Amino acid sequence: MRHTISVLVENKFGVLSRVSGLFSGRGFNIESLSVGETIDPDVSLMTIVTIGDDQIVEQITKQLNKLIDVIKVVDYMDVDHVERELVLIKAAPKKNDKTEFLKLTEIFRGKIIDSGATSFTVEITGDEKKIAAFIELIKPFGIKEFVRTGKVAIAREGLKKAKQ
Amino acid sequence: MRKSGAEILIECLKKEGVKHIFGYPGGVVLNIFDALYDEKGLELFLTRHEQGAIHAADGYARASGKVGVALVTSGPGATNTVTGIATASMDSIPMVVFSGQVPTMLIGNDAFQEADIVGMTRPCTKHNYLVKDVKDLAQTIREAFHIASTGRPGPVLIDLPKDVTTGMTEFKWPEKVNIRSYSPTYQGNKYMIKQAAQMILKSKKPVIMAGGGVILSEASKELTELAEMTKIPVTNTLMGLGSFPGSADLSLGMLGMHGTFYANTAVQNADLLIGIGVRFDDRVTGKTDTFARNAKIIQIDIDPTSIRKNVPVDLPVVGDIKHVLKDLLKVLKDEKEQWGAIRKSWLNQVDAWKKERPLTYNFDKKIIKPEFVVEKIHKVTKGDAIICTEVGQNQMWAAQFYKYDKPRHWLSSGGLGTMGYGFPAAIGAQIACPNKVVFDIAGDGSIQMNIQELATAVINKLPVKVAILNNRFLGMVRQWQELFFKERYSHTGLDVTPDFVKVAEAYGAVGLRATTPDEVEPVLRESLKIKDRPVFMDFEVDWKSKVFPMVPAGAAIDEMIFDEEVKEKSKKKLKAVK
Ligand SMILES: Cc1ncc(C[n+]2csc(CCOP(=O)(O)OP(=O)(O)O)c2C)c(N)n1
Repeated sequence: MRHTISVLVENKFGVLSRVSGLFSGRGFNIESLSVGETIDPDVSLMTIVTIGDDQIVEQITKQLNKLIDVIKVVDYMDVDHVERELVLIKAAPKKNDKTEFLKLTEIFRGKIIDSGATSFTVEITGDEKKIAAFIELIKPFGIKEFVRTGKVAIAREGLKKAKQ
Repeated sequence: MRKSGAEILIECLKKEGVKHIFGYPGGVVLNIFDALYDEKGLELFLTRHEQGAIHAADGYARASGKVGVALVTSGPGATNTVTGIATASMDSIPMVVFSGQVPTMLIGNDAFQEADIVGMTRPCTKHNYLVKDVKDLAQTIREAFHIASTGRPGPVLIDLPKDVTTGMTEFKWPEKVNIRSYSPTYQGNKYMIKQAAQMILKSKKPVIMAGGGVILSEASKELTELAEMTKIPVTNTLMGLGSFPGSADLSLGMLGMHGTFYANTAVQNADLLIGIGVRFDDRVTGKTDTFARNAKIIQIDIDPTSIRKNVPVDLPVVGDIKHVLKDLLKVLKDEKEQWGAIRKSWLNQVDAWKKERPLTYNFDKKIIKPEFVVEKIHKVTKGDAIICTEVGQNQMWAAQFYKYDKPRHWLSSGGLGTMGYGFPAAIGAQIACPNKVVFDIAGDGSIQMNIQELATAVINKLPVKVAILNNRFLGMVRQWQELFFKERYSHTGLDVTPDFVKVAEAYGAVGLRATTPDEVEPVLRESLKIKDRPVFMDFEVDWKSKVFPMVPAGAAIDEMIFDEEVKEKSKKKLKAVK
């Protein structure tokens, strides 16, 4: 089962390695990880996506909570939330495919943020499903480069229900 | 007042109530050692290896309940501490380790004697720090002691770059510590505690399994009261020995791989298992899905990550054991149950198991049996000594044949199983408790892992007694080879074992030897007379002796194997009972 876990941490050096060490030390993989400052510059938020059965993820979240620099952990599995990821794709559609490619980009509300002699760079944002669907559709056009930010998530109103 | 980092370190240690530290000098800590030179209120014990310093600080902490403190230099000094820190971490021992570091501007440059000790010890400390500014030093030390000694205790390392300890700043002792992301739960949930009481009331065949957490929480009194009042038999994990009096009627001794027949059998037949300060280590549970197969499980622990980690738990109570047991006792007292009457048949059953297969060994008139030595140590010390152990057969026999009646009298590396732990730990314990008799029960293999600490004990006139159960083998490994590898003794024979008597004498300690059973007690009594230096006792024991009962790895804990000869004898008894 895929879990999205957000971890509120003290913004100090070494914290990322404490958190990632917790995963690697137990042989668990991190699928994606994104880190950024919060409104309070002393605090950072990490959003981590990992795969594991419920018992493993329960153990991970407890272990995360135990780290001294961790302030709060939320497993979004039990929380009503929205998720987004941003992907940049450099694609090189053939001449006669260009119109089709641009149309698809538009349907998915992607943005062309750069274009060169042979390629376009598309920016697309969305949840897991949308991004996966878009990638499937444009694969045949030829993807030259591909980069994603990792998922971020936020609870819908009423996070108080969240299980800690 | 403006002070240097080194002076601030010393001031802070004194404010934390530290009197004794263990350490070893080197380049980047020269100035700290210099500041210690005229210091009256703080004594540093120079060990002969940094591993020895950490184990000594650990033994000091286990024996006294205080935070153990060590100070070492950068690079090799720091890396030498890793085994000791990991040992303390696995057994939740409060400790603060200070390591020197190259100046901040050189960090990351592969400078001389640079090692990323913060990176290396991250997984084996409760927390660690690299101090980058002398202004943060006092606050960091305050936090480190707080973290090490509260909640589930553990080791904390502080890495001190040279320019931080030489730098000057205004010294202000932070009176309070407030770490917003760290607040252990002490009070157990009232509802859960009521539930636990109900489960105890309903159960017909309960067993308490008490571990090291009881000792760390100073809750032996409450545990004993609970067991005595509700008439529940108590088994201890290796780490829990002494948390409940080993000679009490309700004691089942140790459970697990080398646990007693009656402890393991009782757990497997219980309808309720109350785990208190235990983490259900695989050496205790055997095959986990067969463990306590008929029992509901209550688990009381301060660390939420210990709960449900290895076995499913029916009722978890997160909190400090002392607090939780006090609350639980209150609830149970109100019930005014006739405990004696309702437990009668269960306790009769447990007694029958005790009689069916007591802990035994085959005494021999000519050859010293290692179990016999441990029994004699118990006798001559009247069960009141602090017993440290190494790792292997020596450790298991020391756990089985000495009855620990008080907490903090059994010091053994349970989680990591570190050979070389016992002797330096005994040195630390003797410094913490100068009026106690302190023993290290050792194997001839393990004692050679930190034998250099003889010098530390001699120079400080510490009368630590080391009983070497000399079987000329890495005995525990040999036992596995005999039982599971067709007696192919690959690299377990210690063909060249030094003459331990002469080794002791060379260091200025006393060396004694016993080669026959009648010599055992006189040698032990002789050792007790020596008050001003350590004693090595070389007991030439039967190399074939094995630790029994034994649960083979991966088996259920009631699938014990016994010594064949012992088995023949007890078969008769077995019939008598049934
Ligand atoms: C540092 C370390 N290395 C290896 C081991 C594995 N090991 C466990 S018991 C043992 C044998 C111990 O031999 P000895 O100290 O002579 O004790 P005995 O079992 O004979 O009582 C070994 C090698 C260990 N526990 N610790």
